[in-house]
Amino acid sequence: MPVNFFPAEFEVVRNSDRCIKCRACERQCSNEVHIYDADFDKMLSRDNQCVDCQRCVSICPVSALKIVPNENAFRKSANYSQQLMIENYRQAGSGGVLLSSMGNPQDYPVYWDKILINASQVTNPPIDPLREPMETKVFLGKKPAGIKKNPDGSIDTHTEPYLELNMPILFSAMSYGSISKNAHESLARAATELGTYYNTGEGGLHKDFYQYGKNTIVQVASGRFGVFKDYLDTGAAIEIKMGQGAKPGIGGHLPGAKIREDVSKTRMIPMGTDAISPAPHHDIYSIEDLRQLIFSLKEATEYKKPVIVKVAAVHNVAAIASGIARSGADIIAIDGFRGGTGAAPTRIRDNVGIPIELALAAVDQRLRDEGIRNEVSIIAAGSVRSSADAVKAIALGADAVYIGTPALLALGCHLCRSCHSGKCNWGIATQRPDLVKRLNPDVGYQRLVNLVNAWNHEIKEIMGGMGINSIEALRGNRLMLRGIGLSQKELDILGILHAGE
Amino acid sequence: MAIEINAQNMHFKLINEQIRASSEKEVVINNTIGQRFIGSGCVGKDIHIHGIPGNALGAYLTKSDITVYGNAQDALGDTMNDGTITVFGNCGDAPGYGMRDGKILIKGSAGYRAGIHMKQYMEKIPVLMIGGKVGDFLAEYQAGGKIIVLGLGYEDTCPVGSFCGTGMHGGAIYIRTDILPSGLPSQVDAFDATDADKEEIRPEIELFVSKFGGNADEILASHFFKLVPDTKNPYKQLYVNN
Ligand code: SF4
Ligand code: SF4
Repeated sequence: MPVNFFPAEFEVVRNSDRCIKCRACERQCSNEVHIYDADFDKMLSRDNQCVDCQRCVSICPVSALKIVPNENAFRKSANYSQQLMIENYRQAGSGGVLLSSMGNPQDYPVYWDKILINASQVTNPPIDPLREPMETKVFLGKKPAGIKKNPDGSIDTHTEPYLELNMPILFSAMSYGSISKNAHESLARAATELGTYYNTGEGGLHKDFYQYGKNTIVQVASGRFGVFKDYLDTGAAIEIKMGQGAKPGIGGHLPGAKIREDVSKTRMIPMGTDAISPAPHHDIYSIEDLRQLIFSLKEATEYKKPVIVKVAAVHNVAAIASGIARSGADIIAIDGFRGGTGAAPTRIRDNVGIPIELALAAVDQRLRDEGIRNEVSIIAAGSVRSSADAVKAIALGADAVYIGTPALLALGCHLCRSCHSGKCNWGIATQRPDLVKRLNPDVGYQRLVNLVNAWNHEIKEIMGGMGINSIEALRGNRLMLRGIGLSQKELDILGILHAGE
Repeated sequence: MAIEINAQNMHFKLINEQIRASSEKEVVINNTIGQRFIGSGCVGKDIHIHGIPGNALGAYLTKSDITVYGNAQDALGDTMNDGTITVFGNCGDAPGYGMRDGKILIKGSAGYRAGIHMKQYMEKIPVLMIGGKVGDFLAEYQAGGKIIVLGLGYEDTCPVGSFCGTGMHGGAIYIRTDILPSGLPSQVDAFDATDADKEEIRPEIELFVSKFGGNADEILASHFFKLVPDTKNPYKQLYVNN
């Protein structure tokens, strides 16, 4: 039916003067866009299958390709965008829920970009990180409220379990299944070399990766995939996933097509079966129930590991965080609504939740007001895109940040937002062996190490500029921030002054 | 030789420390008064509990057996890995959540949300067996394993509550009853169990009667419904790529 036809989003432009018909693009494109027509001795393209992942462009030996937005346009409307119209056509044709991936691409305010960082002049001299020691080491976990003495007068040196990070950056949860084994290996090795942590996500831990256990955070989600004693014992910390920024309030469904042999074994479910993580943990309906899961995990691992509770940033996140801080959790991870995902219903990804900047500021303030900020560390997540974002997050009250999308960019991701198709041309969000092998973990891990080291150096430089030589002195130091172009309400929630004040 | 723990007024942390510290496989806990998390993550033990254990008994249980000579509470055998939990009374809500292998045998009845998201993989097939009746939301999201409800003493009613098998996409449920649970979701197929179907659960029934008494042949002679999902991919039709 002609109404079912909608124009390709992208146009594959091939410079025929340059094209040597080597057919490399044809071999590289898992979306089968490029085809060779022998009769005409010509490369053709099926533009409507292109997702603009830039793989063919970067592989073409003669730079004959470019992918441009298709200029064919529906009649313009500020209310009904072409995208919105196409989405409705898609649903009319299929009856399906729209499925997307990666972070919310919509035009919501990015508060990071409306916050400016301070620097010292004259009275409080900046510090040069190349000359002077700068401390970016952080410890995540409960901090004692005060000094306690033993009955014999000596100081009680017992500490709760904690994570030690060389820099305030961790790799966020990405499950084996949603991303490839080579991607996981890259993350695991990079975390080990950097002295930080990566996170298994909810897909269990592949047996080859147990060796990276001391740099691994193991996740326990509602589907409980791959959760058992050895798994819990292997990780340095356990994260209970209550929610995810990209899809607050709903669970996860890894389609059966992605459950191939290795993934099936790691998740302990049969091949080809959907891996369904229900929306709630069906044994958690209250903070008391959460406390029960936390303590069952602590008992099972003899109180040796900190427990992280990850929640999506939603409207009443501050009250929720207060409950979590009282539930026995050691660390709270808050995931903002721009966070990435391997698959989420489009409408949820684009409309549910709140920005991490506001959520983080609200949570930090609430926990301070209640005098329980020391009970938990805070990890901010959900679109921390650069070292500057990380510095702002820490000044707003985070102890550390999770990065997901930047890590994928380091591995070659071009944000085509098609992870849910399972055909990632960069070998990241796929289980197809021919695609997975495009990502070489030897290269991938090195690029991750480079990225995080570069960020860490920038963090030191920005801190030095402020005359601060330890990340501890930056945390929650909102005086170092000023807003630009923000309303008084926004400034109040962020707890910062306007530029010029 | 078994070690004995007098749980009277003892914190759950201490109980578990003593279980772990014990060089004996067999541990007898007396005067249990609702302590939670007993045997959580426990490996290679045979625990006998007198009194009433609290929630999350035997969570993540590994290569261990637990026997309760009384009732058990909520979240029994949460994410249990293997071994056997035997309860000579009733149990509370959410037994066998996310169970991966092993057996939970309840002589009496169980509460709501039993057997949610049980899994299976190759030879690891968990079993949740309930002698009496069970509440609503049995086997939600079941991905594998066997759930058996015998309804002993509840022959006149359906021993299974409402909303059974919602989101079920693997495994099987066997219910000894003449009355089919009401409101089964469309992706669950329910049919009269054949003799061959019943033979699939004979070993479990025999284990049940060996522990709690009764006659396996008599139980198996009754009418059973067997419930299985009609798809491994219940969400397949639900989505359109965008
Ligand atoms: S999907 Fe990627 S590889 Fe295929 S044509 Fe488009 S940009 Fe090139
Ligand atoms: S991971 Fe792959 S499929 Fe997903 S956005 Fe990046 S390049 Fe595209």
